[in-house]
Amino acid sequence: MDILSKIKKANLVGRGGAGFPVEKKWLSVAKAMESKPATKRKCYVVCNASEGEPGVFKDGYILEHHADKVIDGMKIAINFLNAEKAYLFLNHNYYKKLNKKLTVLLKDSKIEIFVKPINAGYIGGEESAILNAIEGKRIEPRLKPPFPTTNGLWDCPTLINNVETFYNVSLVAADQYVNKRFYTITGDCPNEGVYELPDSLTIEKVLKQTKNYPKFSFFTQIGGGASGEVLNSSQLKRQVSGAGSIAVHSLSKNNFKKVIENWLDFYANESCGQCTTCREGVFRLKEAFSREKIDWSLFNELLDNLRDTSFCALGGSVPGPINSFIKNVFPNLQDKI
Amino acid sequence: MNKKIKIKLNGKEIICSEGATVMQAAHDNGIDIPSLCQHDDFPAKANCRVCVVEIVGRKNLATSCSTKVEDGMEIITDSERVKKSRNLNIELIFAEHIEKCPDCAQRFNCRLLELADKYKIEITRFKDRKGARKTYKFANAVEIDGTQCIDCRNCLDACNKMQKINFLSLKGKGINQEVVPVNEKNGFSFYKNNNKVDCIYCGQCTVHCPVNAAQEQSQWQLVERALKNKSKVIVAQFAPSVRVSIGEEFGASQGKAMPGQIVAALKKLGFDYVFDVNFSSDVTTIVEAEELLERVKRGGAMPMFTSCCPAWIKYIEFYRPDLIPNITTSRSPQIHSAGIIKTYWAQELKKSPKDIIVVSVMPCTAKKFEATRPELKVKGILPIDYVITTRELAWLIKKNRINFLKLKSEPADNPLGEASGAAAIYGASGGVMESALRTAQYLMLTAQDTVCRDLNKKSKTKNCNFKIEFASVRGLKGVKRAEIEIGKNKVRVGVVNGIGNIKAVLDNLHDYDYIEVMACPGGCIGGGGQPIPTTPAIRQKRLEALYKIDKGSKIRLAHDNKTAIEVLAWLRKNGKLEHEVLHTSYKKKL
Repeated sequence: MDILSKIKKANLVGRGGAGFPVEKKWLSVAKAMESKPATKRKCYVVCNASEGEPGVFKDGYILEHHADKVIDGMKIAINFLNAEKAYLFLNHNYYKKLNKKLTVLLKDSKIEIFVKPINAGYIGGEESAILNAIEGKRIEPRLKPPFPTTNGLWDCPTLINNVETFYNVSLVAADQYVNKRFYTITGDCPNEGVYELPDSLTIEKVLKQTKNYPKFSFFTQIGGGASGEVLNSSQLKRQVSGAGSIAVHSLSKNNFKKVIENWLDFYANESCGQCTTCREGVFRLKEAFSREKIDWSLFNELLDNLRDTSFCALGGSVPGPINSFIKNVFPNLQDKI
Repeated sequence: MNKKIKIKLNGKEIICSEGATVMQAAHDNGIDIPSLCQHDDFPAKANCRVCVVEIVGRKNLATSCSTKVEDGMEIITDSERVKKSRNLNIELIFAEHIEKCPDCAQRFNCRLLELADKYKIEITRFKDRKGARKTYKFANAVEIDGTQCIDCRNCLDACNKMQKINFLSLKGKGINQEVVPVNEKNGFSFYKNNNKVDCIYCGQCTVHCPVNAAQEQSQWQLVERALKNKSKVIVAQFAPSVRVSIGEEFGASQGKAMPGQIVAALKKLGFDYVFDVNFSSDVTTIVEAEELLERVKRGGAMPMFTSCCPAWIKYIEFYRPDLIPNITTSRSPQIHSAGIIKTYWAQELKKSPKDIIVVSVMPCTAKKFEATRPELKVKGILPIDYVITTRELAWLIKKNRINFLKLKSEPADNPLGEASGAAAIYGASGGVMESALRTAQYLMLTAQDTVCRDLNKKSKTKNCNFKIEFASVRGLKGVKRAEIEIGKNKVRVGVVNGIGNIKAVLDNLHDYDYIEVMACPGGCIGGGGQPIPTTPAIRQKRLEALYKIDKGSKIRLAHDNKTAIEVLAWLRKNGKLEHEVLHTSYKKKL
């Protein structure tokens, strides 16, 4: 069986957070290649190891313990697409830690390490922003369509997958994939860390199996400390979403106002400034939330607008945590403040 | 022809072309979707988020400037959801723009105010946040006022993508992002790496700015003051291209030629005399054509470059000073005109040039810079006192409640009123070249061949293979090339339409004998001081209007302009004046 069929059979989905079917992405790049004249068939492979989402560390963990498999997955993609070159777009902290080891592993390969600029921030992990970074342009998302699969690096078809995705590709190729994924567990819990467990487990089971299930009243944020959805303790009988992280927060230790402020500060800092909705919208959300008497109708209008008219997923993800936090943890918040 | 597809727009089924954007399809069907960052000169950026629409089946709203129509697509442009987001985004943008309406030359033309009015926007819903932003000034020509900027980035596209000057850049991110000159961003490191960049004052940033944050450094205030000074003779002169663009400011059809209304309006504003720069464009043509032939004959620096475009001159002086010897020494039409006004005409009027104020109305921001160049002084004084753009003149007319469209056409003043069709086309890319070719051809033929001596007699033109129109140098192509037979010589000419296209020509200079460069796309009709909007379609209309004037002119050759010949003879009789009024020199700029 060829690699694409194997990937399809394993139902691999992207592990960067969006969960896009891996087979479809690969096919889209392959088709874009075929549509060009034979002399102009040039394409690139990029491994996204930027890991800028707060509270997610699994890609760093995978690179530390399974770098060989990740690189193997990249090489499989390079061969499949007959790619010109590949980049490992690497979080600078991981680079500091793993540079030597990775350099040895990458010797005589088509793969080059591209260190994510320190100021690239959260948006620096968005796939089209990565392309801009590698091309030396301003680090912010590109207008889509066209998508990177057809018009990526230097306008050539480009395959961008996450570290864990390439790791899975390597396992699938060797018939070793057993439907596991990596969970980053952080917060008010005794055994913080990264765990490789079956992807079918519920959040509750993951917490229990890792001996992290709290005895106190708590809430969780699933799939990323910024963009992840907030769930209360009665909502944990489902699987994790997004980048596969679980953050546990004690209800008594966390001031609800501070929690929302942290998100707003984060997004205000990380907004690239390209679109009105996010640049101005987040700034005005912060402004509205800092008032003694909060204008909730304005607050909600700004959130709806972020969801509905943001240029990229960063702006679009602002309402997620805030709305789910209010709905699932503090349903009466708007009456209180 | 594009394939036709069916879409549903606000419940109505319509047929449109595949490949069109939702915005275009809506516009073609009578629905105008508002936008601030969209401009036909640039690919969609979709950053203002004002043009959002609902597309059935999609989770989020879509920007109509960047979304292409698809067969079967259902689009709603006026749902509550669309209105809510669109209005909120306009309100958010309003809070970025400090209103300076009373003195803003775009006040009657303001897209923000128009949107506020149309959609009943609460313009003070949010507190202005850019009060402390800086204004960056580039010479006396252009400025970027950060307190008015709405972050649409059109100026960056104009400077970097269109003109390829790369002088403007973005500093910071999020709410701190700011358009700054690139040197500011890089902390002047360019001194070290020798990678210097400077503004050429073309003003394309200003004509592409939707909110007048990038704008000309206005001089209309100074002109207003000068008009009150009764002890001086105050003279206006207006450029060839202004006549085919200014009408747009008042709702006239695009490309309508209105020179008579310009004269009438200027007189109403209080100018004592109004001269048409078309006259001196004929002078420029003759001086330049003579120089071209001289260089061909005696072997001067070749290829020879035109010098009418001051942004191009700044480009050469800053980026390619090695090519300074190649620029014609001829001054530009506005300088010729003003020089003649302050010498020849001053003498006729028995006035001291010091008692004459010349105000130039130009399609251009760089002309403001040109007018201050010290080497252009005639008898120790600058020929031009103030330069205002087409937009500034329109503003003065509106501000004084003059009904421009209703004005009775008046002729420009004599004796400097005569002009050929060759002068009219100075405002179009390729026009200076064509005018010079007409005259060079004439001079060459009459010198070489006795049969052709009286070439201006109709019967002779055929025998001498004398051409008036040179179609190969016309049009909106980036670089136009042609080989022109002038008598027994072949002249290889190149026309660069927009400084963004300069590289291909500079890299192959040996392929040319004579090169015209206009920094702005389309030439002066697309100049940085022209009415907003200026788009490819509008430039085309203005261009056609100029060629129509040429075609309908009684005389079409610069040297048939008798007054021009007379003035030239007068200057040449006056020794030093010939050089002082007609020629100039250039200096390397650091």
